[in-house]
Amino acid sequence: MNDSSGIGAFVLHVALLSLIAVGGVNTIVPELHRQVVEVQGALTSQQFADLFAIGQAAPGPNVLFVTLIGWQLAGATGALLTAAALCIPTCTIAYFVTRVWDRFKHARWRIATEAGVVPLTIGFIAASALLIAQAADGSVAAAAITTATAVFSYFSKFNPLWTLAAAAVLGFLGVV
Amino acid sequence: MSESLPATDGAMRPVPALSELFLGFLAVALSGFGGVLPFARREFVERRRWLNERDFAEAMALCQFLPGPNIVNMGVIVGSRFHGAAGAVCAVAGLVIAPLIIMMTCGALYARYGDLEVLRGPLAGLAAGAAGLLVTLAAKMTTPLIKAREPSPLAFALAGFVAVGLLRLPLYWVVLVLAPLSIGWAWWRLR
Repeated sequence: MNDSSGIGAFVLHVALLSLIAVGGVNTIVPELHRQVVEVQGALTSQQFADLFAIGQAAPGPNVLFVTLIGWQLAGATGALLTAAALCIPTCTIAYFVTRVWDRFKHARWRIATEAGVVPLTIGFIAASALLIAQAADGSVAAAAITTATAVFSYFSKFNPLWTLAAAAVLGFLGVV
Repeated sequence: MSESLPATDGAMRPVPALSELFLGFLAVALSGFGGVLPFARREFVERRRWLNERDFAEAMALCQFLPGPNIVNMGVIVGSRFHGAAGAVCAVAGLVIAPLIIMMTCGALYARYGDLEVLRGPLAGLAAGAAGLLVTLAAKMTTPLIKAREPSPLAFALAGFVAVGLLRLPLYWVVLVLAPLSIGWAWWRLR
């Protein structure tokens, strides 16, 4: 998928998706997977999970993992275009909303909108978790690592990077 | 740092220069392994004292409501609060440029060496671990809903999960149908 139409469609898709990614980029992971893996067939499910994991492990906003997909599709240009598509439309909206938002602090529509959006965000993040787990957990050992990571990080306050590092070491030792 | 701006608690707080906004967000971006927002709180509230706890909590709530990456929205909110559009651009640039270079390096390495046998193991472990962290995030966000003992938000969360995670329906259609229902329900409950 190194043709320009592939990256063009992907960048447009990212720009549109970022506009409905209320509650962070984790909510659009299933849709990105659907497009890139299931519809375009540009990446395998395993590659998608790899890139997501690299994005989690690298410093900086996790959202930038989407630029890794752009890189796979069209190299450096693809990555830069993806980053622009991800940031520019939503930053513009944030800029204008933040100037008027305080004015409606007690408006019923604002309270209702906030209350109504939260449950959907949670549902979509849970869907992302299922999807990445299905892509990453090809073996019993991998599924056990996912479960252990989830339980450990739920109950402890350690930086999540340590759990990721432990998972990578287990993988290196050939456990997965 | 000679100017000051009244914060919501009435105390005078330092107004960061554009370069300080850039550097402050750069510091947050580079220390924020595996999620940036907790580091943002420590840097802006505790260390640099640009915001008080309440300012930060309100900015957080707005970030989570706005579409797009939460921390990037935080950059726009904090940057524009002090210096309008120029502040927003400096903050977002500080946040994105260095991680983007790192990410592009990773992308190039993965494109070239991603198939190597020696990398398969660590990458598979990393991916399995990243999946676990997502499970934790979803669980932590669900806990307050369960504690509130209100069935309707849980029902909407479940509907979103089933539609996107199990049925694999396109997100646009799911949002178009579920968002008005969920917001309308919350509106009706507020009477």
